[in-house]
Amino acid sequence: MDQSPHDPPLGSWPLGLTRVPFWVYRDADAARDEQTRIFEGPSWHFLCLDIDVPETGDYRTTAMGAMPVVVVRTETGEIVAFENRCAHRGSLICLDDSGSVKDFQCVYHAWRYDLRGNLTSVAFRRGVNGQGGMPDDFRMDAHGPRKLRTAVLCGLVFGTLATDGPDLESTIGPAVLARMQRVLHKKIEVIGRFTQQLPCNWKLYMENVRDTYHASLLHTFFTTFQITRLSQGGGVMVGENGVAHASTTLAAAKGPDDSYAGMRADNRGFQLRDPSFLNAVHEFDDTINLQIVSVFPGFILQQIHNALAVRQIVPRGVDSMDLHWTYLGFADDTPDLRAMRLKQGNLAGPAGFVSMEDGAVGGFVQRGIAAANGQAAVVEMGGATAEGAETRATEASVRGFWKAWRTEMGV
Amino acid sequence: MTSDRALLEIAALNGACAAALDSGRLEDWPGFFLDTCLYKITTVDNLARGYQAGLIYADSRSMLEDRIAALRQANIYERQRYRHILGMPAIVEEADGSVAAETSFVVVRTMRDGQMTIFAAGVYLDKLRRSGAGAWRYAERIVACDSQRIDTLLAIPL
Repeated sequence: MDQSPHDPPLGSWPLGLTRVPFWVYRDADAARDEQTRIFEGPSWHFLCLDIDVPETGDYRTTAMGAMPVVVVRTETGEIVAFENRCAHRGSLICLDDSGSVKDFQCVYHAWRYDLRGNLTSVAFRRGVNGQGGMPDDFRMDAHGPRKLRTAVLCGLVFGTLATDGPDLESTIGPAVLARMQRVLHKKIEVIGRFTQQLPCNWKLYMENVRDTYHASLLHTFFTTFQITRLSQGGGVMVGENGVAHASTTLAAAKGPDDSYAGMRADNRGFQLRDPSFLNAVHEFDDTINLQIVSVFPGFILQQIHNALAVRQIVPRGVDSMDLHWTYLGFADDTPDLRAMRLKQGNLAGPAGFVSMEDGAVGGFVQRGIAAANGQAAVVEMGGATAEGAETRATEASVRGFWKAWRTEMGV
Repeated sequence: MTSDRALLEIAALNGACAAALDSGRLEDWPGFFLDTCLYKITTVDNLARGYQAGLIYADSRSMLEDRIAALRQANIYERQRYRHILGMPAIVEEADGSVAAETSFVVVRTMRDGQMTIFAAGVYLDKLRRSGAGAWRYAERIVACDSQRIDTLLAIPL
């Protein structure tokens, strides 16, 4: 990363939550600190779905920031997770996205681990023909990959390296937890997986997710078809610690709405020839059209009409990240409802009528701030605090993100 | 077996469809499909696991027209163009006037600043029938990408 002598050191921060210095998206030292303090720190990280590992020995590989992780179902039915790194020379233990095993064996020198990541055997530990081998005082229980504390909530598996600290439920808080439970209230099924590689710092994407202000302005599709307009009912909630947020949009009121008159996003000439995919099936017992939940640092749960998905952010260096999309349905979907989900998949994802712009806009910022290490973003919409609001014309949940980030980073 | 003529016609259809996308004549693209059709962009892995969802999923030609209209009038993305390189279609099935064909593709994407990347590679899993006018059209086109990774966004169809 190019550094100018004027770069403020990590720790220098404008007062309050309404300014975000641009170096925070560009600084390699900050990214290293994030790996230690956030991704290997006390935060809870989304790892996978519990249905990804249904049977004993089923595993799925994932990541907490740069750290590779394997998630496993053990003999007792518990879901555990550990660093995907052999204690010997550091090779990956699991090489595939998922699979099923009796135990794990590193391919490099055949060190074996049980399903909990405990080292169980070392090849040629006693040597060959009385020669070589490990020292007599080599203790297998002193070696192994780092183990995670795991928690399963609404069918979602989270993990943290912190051995103590608040549990997942209280970290998320009851209000946002209820929003998650609203969507994930019965057995889910994976209906697709895609990865979107974004040319921006990971924080720019999470801010975008929490930014209720932009959605109807950047995304013409939303506005034109009244899927979400700020003039529709709804609001945003942010946990006290800033870790979790939920934003909701209620179904549009009938009648004309002139609040977007003259803006680019109000594109009334645009009519769909086949609007059938907007005939959403009313599947939740309320009038919420659209609900986005996020959990700091990298988890998102999406309900856009019947298009359900979880998204996981995995940083790839300072100016790149992977966004892993898992499209969901329910196991008891009727054929009609499933067909509607598939069609509404057009709204989200890397090619989404709505989401494609979110894939690009972080890159626009990343390029725009290339020489702006001394400047700061303005995050003042809706005031200076990170409290929930009955409107989405606010950046409260973005400020909540920074509240959580600064707590973890000690800034 | 398929006549050489049908093979040539399907190869020509593939070429003309790719040329419409590559030269920016996006409005011509839905015309290569029947009124009732299925167009889906997914990955080899998703197909292998039986996952139904697509990045783009359209079950009518009107939805394809809407996709192009949205790209023209609604969506924000940087100026870019594709170059499709197509393989020879392999005819895998032929029955009752319907042909199933598989055709490999590579798409190079060039951004406005000149940056070129191999954006996608994979295989078109096509089902073709003749339209009322007698020309081959896609009744189904499943775009099976070899990679699940999409760089930044997928705007123009593959």
